[in-house]
Parts: sequence; C-alpha cells; structure tokens
Amino acid sequence: MATTVTPEAVEKVVYDALPQFGADPSEISRDATFEELDVDSLDLAELSQIIEDEFSVQLKGDDVGKIKTVGDAIDLVVSRAG
Amino acid sequence: MNREIVVTGVGAVTPLGVGARTLYERWRAGESGIQDGQGAATEFDPTEHLTVKQVRRADRFSQFAMVASDEALAEAGWKDEVPYDVERVATLIGTGIGGIGTLEVNHKKLLESGPKAVSPLSIPLLMGNSASAAVSMRHGLRGQSFATLSACAAGAHAIGTAARMIQTGDADAVVTGGSEAALTPLATAAFGALDALSDKGISRPFDAERDGFVMGEGAAVLVLEDGERARARGAKILARLAGYGASSDAYHLTAPEKEGGGAIAAMEHALEDAGYGPHDVVYVNAHGTSTPLNDRAETIAIKHVLGNDVPVSSLKSSIGHLLGAAGAVEAVATILAMRDRVAPPTLNYEHPDEGLDLDYVPNEARTLDINGKKAVALSNAFGFGGHNAVLCLEVA
Repeated sequence: MATTVTPEAVEKVVYDALPQFGADPSEISRDATFEELDVDSLDLAELSQIIEDEFSVQLKGDDVGKIKTVGDAIDLVVSRAG
Repeated sequence: MNREIVVTGVGAVTPLGVGARTLYERWRAGESGIQDGQGAATEFDPTEHLTVKQVRRADRFSQFAMVASDEALAEAGWKDEVPYDVERVATLIGTGIGGIGTLEVNHKKLLESGPKAVSPLSIPLLMGNSASAAVSMRHGLRGQSFATLSACAAGAHAIGTAARMIQTGDADAVVTGGSEAALTPLATAAFGALDALSDKGISRPFDAERDGFVMGEGAAVLVLEDGERARARGAKILARLAGYGASSDAYHLTAPEKEGGGAIAAMEHALEDAGYGPHDVVYVNAHGTSTPLNDRAETIAIKHVLGNDVPVSSLKSSIGHLLGAAGAVEAVATILAMRDRVAPPTLNYEHPDEGLDLDYVPNEARTLDINGKKAVALSNAFGFGGHNAVLCLEVA
C-alpha cells in the first residue's frame, strides 16, 4: 500500500532521503537548491525511485530536470498525486 | 624500454591492512591476512577515507582503488598539486571482475522486488572501468583513462600498458594499478564450482599439499613517471620499471600451458625489454597461486628462464589471491622488498613436491646478499584465459 500523499508526508520522505546522498541535514530546507546540497542527477534518480516506492508517484526525467529546490520536488510530487 | 619509467609513489589496501608499507612489513614478518579461508580487507573502513557520497558512488573495488591512489599520490608528492599538465596524466586501473558485489545485490533486488527496485547506480558502479573513473575524477587527471580486464593478470597488464603510454609519448605520468572486491557469494561459489579454491582454506604455494587458491581482496596503485621529468622535478625515485613482457598461452580457458610456454615467453620478453640477462635477476615474485597446475607450470617456466638458484616467493601465501589486483599488489610489495634487499617468505611451505625444486624462501624472509648490485626482480602475473604479464622492477 502506498502512503497517502500529503505535503508533510512527502517532505518527511525527502528530508529523510537526502542525507543518505551526503547532504548536510542542517542545510536541508524547502528553499535549499539541490546544487547547494550537492545533490546531482544520479541522486535525483534515486530520490525518484524512493518516492515512487513510497507514494506510487512516478517522476520522469523531464520533470526532474526542471526542479531546482527541495520545495520544487515536494510540490511536484504533491501535484502529480492530485 | 627507451624512455625510462620510474615509480615515485605506491599505495595499497590489502588483507594485511591499509598501506603499502603495512603490506610489505607484515608479509616480511610472516604474518597472514587470511582468516576463515578468505583474505578479506578487514581493516579497511571506507568511511574513514571517503565522504558519504563517495562511498555511495563507488563499488568496494573502486573504494579500494581510490584509497590506494591517495597514498600513492601523497608519496609521489602530488597531494597538493599534480606536477604535470593534467591532460597528460593517464589513469589505468585493472580489474578481474569489476563491481560484482553491486551486480549481485541488484540482481537479487530484481528477482525479489522487480525492475523498479534496481538502483540507478548499478551500472556506473559495477562497470569494470569504474575504479579508473573514480581515481581520475578524484585527482582531476584528464589524460586517457580506462581499465585493463584480463583476470588475474589485469593489474600487471595495467602497469605495463601504463609504461608504454609514457614511452610512446601519450602521457607524461600514469596513475595505475589493479583492484578487486570479489569476496561475494556468486564469485566465491563460481570459483568453488571450478574446483579452483582450497578446500582447507590454506594458501600454500608450491607445497606438495596445495589444493587451490584462497580468495582475497584489495588494491594497489602506483605512480609511474617519465624518469627524466621525475628527476627534473626532484622526485624521490622508488624503483624503475625496467621492462615489461606479455604473452598469451592460446591453450585453455583456465589451465596454464603445462610446460609453461606462455609464461616463459612473457618472462623472456620482460628481461629483453629491460636489457637484462637471467643472471641479473635476484628475486622472483611468483604468481604462485597455490593451485596444483599453476605452481607446477610456473616452476618449469622460472627454471627454464632463470635456472634453479634465484629466490622465488609468493605473496599469495600471506594474503590469498587478489585476482585482478594481484599483479599490482605484488609489484608494490616487490618494489619495497627490493629497496630493503629482502626476499619475503612463502608462508605455509612444509612439504616439497616432486619436481618443484626452486628456492621458495620457505616461511622466513631472507636478506639478499647481492654485493652492491642493483636489485632486479621479476613479478609474474598470469590470468584465466591464458594471459601472462611480467614486470621487471629494478631498485638501484
């Protein structure tokens, strides 16, 4: 069963995942850019996989290419679920 | 070889610990890195050397290579700045199998949870060139980089090919070596199915009771430089790579040619390339796997090329068989041993085998009495597929 998509639930999953990629937990916020967090395209491919596994929301390469900040990623997942 | 090739830095991660000197000194002292029938690099903790991201982005065999390269570059004096145009510094790290641990973990995910569970990092981590890529990126080396893939000869092939890159003028320096991390369920089972592994879990090269090899893991990296440029920048020269010879048995996928023909050719080519004769060689670091076939064929080959008197020993008696890393790890140990004028021992040697009558330096290291001569050594590496690569190393 996929977890119900709420902004809070998505934020939690994203915030928990980013440190696994080496991001400094103290720097993670909605406004932080992936570039600042040193999160690159390979990390985002992994993040997409985690999100799909958790929420059954698929993110395609085109979507992922457009997002710049942690907040963008959360909003995108929430909008796709809607 | 016309352009002189020198070694200015060495690094290693092995079952004897992290560090090239640790490897050599423990081997010389007769210590073993083999436990429970395996030579695992138990003292290696990647998080001590690499960031979270670097650890995630590298299979264990690439992690070994990165850490060994840090040591080698630091010794060469390259830590703060590479003393060459980085476009002219190549990277060449050999491996027998590559990231098989990554492959196995992700194949299990595929079977158990389906294709969506497979990590996007699978291919970039398991590909055989990933150690070369990791080392090149780590140090910003922008000359050519790729991997040699020739089973247990891969490390020696890498070093020999690296020397040729410098000699042909394609590079001024090369960061080279070999790496392997194949202590995995599939690789262990597969070598077991071939009946290549020691049932007793004992590595005893050349001994009458040898019954197969013991698997090990690790890496070694060397910095090779054009001798003239290295001297001009005041580098400390650890050794010269005086010669390199390689050949193929063209005989069998796993068994060596019984009369050692391919090995003989590679050893002779290496000597010829170095401009040395049989009597110049004071030590042979044997491939010495502890398999019945290799140790017999290699004995025949060494006898044919060098006669019966030269001291011969096998590092595999102490750390097991590091497969694609073996040739590089053994070259590093040989360089350090020649600097000390020491023949390190073949451990676990107790029972002479009929026809295997070389001086195997049993169980205790021996000082080489070479009366001020150069210490010239051969380091042999032979691989499944009939690949033979031999390095002639010289310490003044």
